[in-house]
Amino acid sequence: MFSYCVDPKTLEGLMWLSCYITTAKHMSFYYSFFVVMGLLSLAAPLAMAFGFAGATAARSSLKIVRAFGKGYLAMIRGIPDIVFFLFIPIALDQAFEYLRHKVLCSDVTEAVRQGNDFVVCAAAKLPLNTANEWVHDIYGFSLALLAFGFVFGAFAGNVLSGAMAAVPKAQIETGEAYGFSSSQIFRRILIPQMWIYALPGLSNLWMILIKATPLLFLLGIEDIVYWAKELGGIKTGVYEYPHPDWRAWYFGVLMIFYLSLTYLSQSVLDKLSTRLSKGQATMAGKAV
Amino acid sequence: MSSCLQTLSDYGLRSIGYGERLLPKADITLCEQFVLIGSGMIWNIYFAILALLFGFFFATVLALGKNSKLSLLNAPCRAFIFIFRGSPLFIQFFFAYDLFVLLPRLGVDIDLGFLVVTVETRWLTKAWLGALIVLFLNTSAYAGEIFYGALRAVPSQDLESADAFGFTGIKKFRRIIWPTMLRLAWPSYTNEAIFMFHATTLVFFTGFPAWQQKGDAIYYASYFADKTFNPFVPYPIVGFYFILLTLIIIGLFGLINRQLNKHLPTNERKKLKINKYNLIR
Repeated sequence: MFSYCVDPKTLEGLMWLSCYITTAKHMSFYYSFFVVMGLLSLAAPLAMAFGFAGATAARSSLKIVRAFGKGYLAMIRGIPDIVFFLFIPIALDQAFEYLRHKVLCSDVTEAVRQGNDFVVCAAAKLPLNTANEWVHDIYGFSLALLAFGFVFGAFAGNVLSGAMAAVPKAQIETGEAYGFSSSQIFRRILIPQMWIYALPGLSNLWMILIKATPLLFLLGIEDIVYWAKELGGIKTGVYEYPHPDWRAWYFGVLMIFYLSLTYLSQSVLDKLSTRLSKGQATMAGKAV
Repeated sequence: MSSCLQTLSDYGLRSIGYGERLLPKADITLCEQFVLIGSGMIWNIYFAILALLFGFFFATVLALGKNSKLSLLNAPCRAFIFIFRGSPLFIQFFFAYDLFVLLPRLGVDIDLGFLVVTVETRWLTKAWLGALIVLFLNTSAYAGEIFYGALRAVPSQDLESADAFGFTGIKKFRRIIWPTMLRLAWPSYTNEAIFMFHATTLVFFTGFPAWQQKGDAIYYASYFADKTFNPFVPYPIVGFYFILLTLIIIGLFGLINRQLNKHLPTNERKKLKINKYNLIR
């Protein structure tokens, strides 16, 4: 990066450090922090959408929809989230390829599953073998994002359905007395009033989402954990910047990153909670 | 059926090193998947039970410390809880493992009188000890925060009556404060226990290596998913085992909850109901 970095073996002290932390690989490391932030900002709305759909389905008057919604919300309590993180990306990938295989290569008669192999025709591969590397990256990231949306959607669904149940019954009955239809009650009474009940759970969920982002590493994405392992490992003399095992230091940096992120979020959420409580008929509202 | 019994004897204890050495490679049957993943559950149960057991006591200490007026006690407890609740367990595992690897290899002889045990720092890099320590510290922090919240919610009348009856010090804590704190904290603590069991699945995906392919349930599940290229069998099996385990935990903690609420009049007894807003750690 700097002009004096041409021959790092001759450098010492701060000069060496300044060259070391600006190598191309370190730049990829810094860039991966943005990947984490990107995941957070995309996964949160996606999870809210999944959660809203799940919570609404769990209240549906149709039995089959209700069972489906309740099953979705209950499942996350029994099964560790990491199972879904490992399962959903492969399952989705295979489902997409299977569908494309059926549509694009209808002339191929051999079964897709042959013993321990999953064989689809070349045209059905996702992404195509000829695709650029960035297409592969985007595809992998999207699958991971869907897995996050699905898992955190189930968490959010639990919070939202709890909040919907917490809206005082009298409010709903008043709506009925005024002749509102059930969808009008849902849109005009239930939804606007549930947020204050949902806020504590949703703040909690945001913190958990932050703490779940390193799981990206398990999905084969070059995230901050990947780079911390890669950069921190022992570098022998053949490398430009030899150093002993520094992984503990790199993971220490990640600890500090996450601690500041959760600390910052907590203080913002506390402020938000105080503001939203203003004028509410709750203990917190009276205290303001 | 008989071949499945054979599989059970071959792989039933594979995760702790007994039975067949080689994992199944080709023609993997459903029975093999069920048995080996079930065998891996031994590790999940081992980690969770020991971490929860030790963590329970340390969490009580942390809660009392955080509630203390002495800043010498208060500050370290607050800091501990903040660090372990504020950072991902996933990173804690990596960080701890890499720290343990850096430790000098020492052995300390501990004389138990009838037998001398050599405690080695090398053990810390093994999952059975290193990961257990991380899980123990982690669950202590989460449970400590839960107990702290419950401690703050102990009704002041209870404390006043304790004073009126002349309870002081340890006796006041053990007879009055502690039971009420536990009763109030129990639903959240049940939730924490469930998530502790779920958190054990992270152990073999982080720094701690699975030595001689002795891993936990999800380690074997991902092994099978890799080998058969079919995720639709092993992962639902893990899911099945964990749902079973979760139901058992809820049952057991429900029984303890009944004990904790026994003295209350029937209409005030609280059923163990997991709060939907704060169901997550």
